Amino acid sequence: MHNFEFVKPSSVADAVAALKDEDALALSGGQTLMPTMKQRLAAPSKLVSLTGIAEMQGVRQSGGVLEIGAATPHAVVAREAAAVYPALAALAGGIGDPAVRNVGTIGGSLANNDPAACYPSAALASGATIVTNAREIAADDFFQGLFSTALEEGEIITAVRFPIPQKAAYAKFEQPASRFALTGAFVAKYAGGVRVAITGASEDGVFRWSEGEAALSSNFSPAALSGLSVSADGMMGDLHGTPAYRANLVKVMTQRAVAAAS
Amino acid sequence: MPKDSGIGASTKRREDVRFLSGKGVYTDDLNLRGQTYAVMVRSSVAHGKIVSIDTTAAEGMPGVVAVFTGEDFKDVGGNPAGWLINSRNGEPMREPKRPVLAHGKVRHVGDAYAAVIAETYQQAKDAAEQLAADTEIEELPAIVDMAAALADSSNRVHDEIPDNQCFDWGWIEDNRAAVDAAIKNAPHVTTLELVNNRLVPNAMEPRASIGEYFPGTGDYKLTTTSQNPHLTRLLIAAFVMGIPENKLTVVAPDVGGGFGSKIYHYGEEAVVLAAAKKLGRPVRWTAERSESFLSDAHGRDHVTKIELASDLEGNFIAFRTETLANVGAYLSNFSTATPTFLHGTLMAGPYKVPNVYVNVKTVFTNTAPVDAYRGAGRPEATYSLERVIDKMCRELNLDPFEVRRKNFITTDMFPYTTPVGLPYDTGDYHATLDKAMEIGDVAGFASRRAASAAKGKLRGMGLSTWIEACGIAPSHLVGVLGSRVGLYDAATVRVNATGNISVMVGAHSHGQGHETVFPQIVAEKLGVPESSVEIVHGDTSKIPFGMGSYGSRSLAVCGVAVTKAIDKIVAKGKKIAAHMLEASEEDISFADGKFSVAGTDKAKSFGEIAFSAYVPHNYPLETLEPGLEETAFYDPGNFTYPAGAYICEVEVDPETGKVEVCSFTCADDFGNVMNPMIVDGQVHGGVGQGIGQALLENTSYDENGQLLTGSYMDYAMPRASDVPFYKVDYSCQTPCTHNPLGVKGCGEAGAIGSPPAVVNAVIDALHSGGHTHVKHIDMPVSPSRVWSAING
Ligand SMILES: Cc1cc2nc3c(=O)[nH]c(=O)nc-3n(C[C@H](O)[C@H](O)[C@H](O)COP(=O)(O)OP(=O)(O)OC[C@H]3O[C@@H](n4cnc5c(N)ncnc54)[C@H](O)[C@@H]3O)c2cc1C
Repeated sequence: MHNFEFVKPSSVADAVAALKDEDALALSGGQTLMPTMKQRLAAPSKLVSLTGIAEMQGVRQSGGVLEIGAATPHAVVAREAAAVYPALAALAGGIGDPAVRNVGTIGGSLANNDPAACYPSAALASGATIVTNAREIAADDFFQGLFSTALEEGEIITAVRFPIPQKAAYAKFEQPASRFALTGAFVAKYAGGVRVAITGASEDGVFRWSEGEAALSSNFSPAALSGLSVSADGMMGDLHGTPAYRANLVKVMTQRAVAAAS
Repeated sequence: MPKDSGIGASTKRREDVRFLSGKGVYTDDLNLRGQTYAVMVRSSVAHGKIVSIDTTAAEGMPGVVAVFTGEDFKDVGGNPAGWLINSRNGEPMREPKRPVLAHGKVRHVGDAYAAVIAETYQQAKDAAEQLAADTEIEELPAIVDMAAALADSSNRVHDEIPDNQCFDWGWIEDNRAAVDAAIKNAPHVTTLELVNNRLVPNAMEPRASIGEYFPGTGDYKLTTTSQNPHLTRLLIAAFVMGIPENKLTVVAPDVGGGFGSKIYHYGEEAVVLAAAKKLGRPVRWTAERSESFLSDAHGRDHVTKIELASDLEGNFIAFRTETLANVGAYLSNFSTATPTFLHGTLMAGPYKVPNVYVNVKTVFTNTAPVDAYRGAGRPEATYSLERVIDKMCRELNLDPFEVRRKNFITTDMFPYTTPVGLPYDTGDYHATLDKAMEIGDVAGFASRRAASAAKGKLRGMGLSTWIEACGIAPSHLVGVLGSRVGLYDAATVRVNATGNISVMVGAHSHGQGHETVFPQIVAEKLGVPESSVEIVHGDTSKIPFGMGSYGSRSLAVCGVAVTKAIDKIVAKGKKIAAHMLEASEEDISFADGKFSVAGTDKAKSFGEIAFSAYVPHNYPLETLEPGLEETAFYDPGNFTYPAGAYICEVEVDPETGKVEVCSFTCADDFGNVMNPMIVDGQVHGGVGQGIGQALLENTSYDENGQLLTGSYMDYAMPRASDVPFYKVDYSCQTPCTHNPLGVKGCGEAGAIGSPPAVVNAVIDALHSGGHTHVKHIDMPVSPSRVWSAING
């Protein structure tokens, strides 16, 4: 790790100001950023911690919306969202291990947009709104391929708003080594229809499986997907799974999520 | 009634108190006045010519006190291979020099070609980065695939070795023609091509070394993560650096796991010693986890074709094996023994097969060196045998249990010398198979399979009946086979004046539990409490010259040395007692911690004898020496031959290909058992590693020689949730006939016997689901591979 400066502001405004420095980076749970710095793959001159900002913490419900502060650790979401949005709580409770969950945060996960991360699928399937210091971004516009998002330089996520579905579930097939999602399917059923988001599978990162959504919107059951097949084109291939294997998992994991949600 | 102390008791591991409460002292825990930090500069390419290294900028950086390159060590000796293997044509193996730091060429990703020493670790890191930037390496095409390496002599790992072959070994060469003929004429031949996957050892504690030099005396001290400090000292002293052995102390303090990877001497150890001398300051180095992945000696990596000839009833006629064994870029110390004498000699298994021939070609590639890893050669042999037998059973529609049964060597046949030359002293393979079938409830399998089917899962059962040669090793035998070292061990039992006992042993504990088990033996034999016995190990200045721990040898070799030293203590005690009790030595007997005169009530306690030995006020000094301390060296007469039967049950999810191990049953014959709880632990750990190899662990280099699985993000280690609750039994005991403890060794068994049981179970599951086209899946049997096999 190279040397860096460290600040821990207590307001979003101070954080945004601190991030104006060249080579400054936001630090949330550090579960992605710190390992990268240890390997000397990132060398920010300054880290701006977001964990001391009160308004970025916590899980709150208002009407049909669950709002989670961006610096809320996974373990807190697992605990506090359990009654209102159990599928989301279960997803948070299945990330990494207890040490990771106690510090890793939802904002960090969404900002990082790792193609194998869990949270992006929940945000996309829920039609969530990503709230930043500057604006509100629909999840459909937020995720822009591997490790890339709609965030501008220096822009920070402050909260995420999830419309609460009637039914939902996340089915994750773990990559055997990292236990990230080799392929994960998040299914959420709303009055207006069903949304399905798939993580871990595509070369373009998290995506909505529109054929699956259509089939499930008319018949919310695993059987509704039986006749569909997913193309291996554009799926990731690596040591842990061929594109054809991942394409198969898209369907199988979606069916399992539907079964769990029903 | 189970005993609560002494031999056979499940005494709790005393060392665990410090390990589990963070009070262990590992190499990296030591802090020395004036210490400096070494960082290795490692190649980022698999194969390249070092064109130039400009050290000036790095040398000028803050805190940097020295920079070393391969040039600084070019005149010192190479790190040698411990076994000389001859090729079939009689030529000795090709043995390229293994330098301290790469010189002229780099030969694998992670090959260290320079070292930077600085006041702080971060300064050394910074300067190492600078040095890497100031180094010009002309990249050459990487040699990764073994078959291609043998075929293409235009591209060479070592310029002087045209076909990249180290040796082409036949075992036993004289049997070759007979084996070929037997296979040609057999009613049935089953052929299987398989890969025994390369493994990264992943000891919990990474390698670490601290070099010290004492100018006042000219002494050196190396503190290092070693499984065998005396061997390391010998290698450094006699071969690499030419330091007199009596000027070098090697200390291996608490060591957090080795699995073989810490047997060997590595270049970093020489670097820290040389640097300490140059600077007159301690120099420390600790591997980062990513360095461990790249530079620890890996395990396995065989590509094998095995043929099994049989009659139609499944009676074995012959096994013939052709193996390519990867040795990586350099010969690590035991790399030439592992694929040969620890593999080829086991290719008869526990079976009375008359014809066996093994051919092994070892190949240099631009990958990390490969050497012994828990089981070392014997897992490779067991996997080939047990997989091809399983395939034969399917081809001939025979019951795998019955086929084993009819081919086992029977108890009336011992001692039994196999066609590959090992003299098995004793065993009862039918007994362990019966036991495994009983406790594994083979009879109830059909209903478990039906229950799995009701959940949409395919259930399979796999069997492996394994044998190994351990208690490594009889020097007279290994000498004939090419070993350049002896493989005895040694122990000194020092009874202190107040009656407590220090036992200095050559074995090294890096997690096994010696500090608990050896005192159990001493306590039993001397009638003293276990708590009055302490084990001293891991320091060449304190212990006799022993050969360390690997090859399931600690108890079967060093433990026996301990008992031999105790015998001498008792003999000396009798002399002292005879003097004190004014009786003749022949009339003294020793039992329950008391020396007594036969037929009288005159006796002296062990403590009284010990005290007198050190306060010899009226000793007849011509005939009785003061002191009570004895040393014994023990060189075994033969290997020991633990064996057993393992049954694995898996459930396969046909939609995802995921394999879950539902149950794992072990019935082992380890001979006599000293501490059942520790044996349980050794078997659990070994089977866990075997399940890891079978299902998860995949060391993958791409065609450029880059390690794709260089971190835990991609290298899958087994975790608690991947393994079942094991059923472990070792009640079938045929004690070893040639050591006084009757012990055989249990450290590697689990890793040797388990992988084929897992893979056989997966194939069985797939066949039960109608996927009979799947004949084999290479390890690791990952979800993707299983799904692709089903759908292929
Ligand atoms: C062992 C391990 C296992 C894991 N397993 C899983 C898993 O199974 N599933 C899974 O989804 N994830 C997993 N993770 C990742 C984990 O969830 C991380 O916590 C997460 O990806 C990043 O969150 P963080 O709070 O740690 O972010 P940090 O590491 O602090 O930051 C990550 C990046 O996001 C930026 N950033 C952080 N917060 C904000 C913000 N509010 N606004 C804008 N930019 C921001 C940072 O500048 C940085 O570039 C695992 C991690 C580890 C170490």
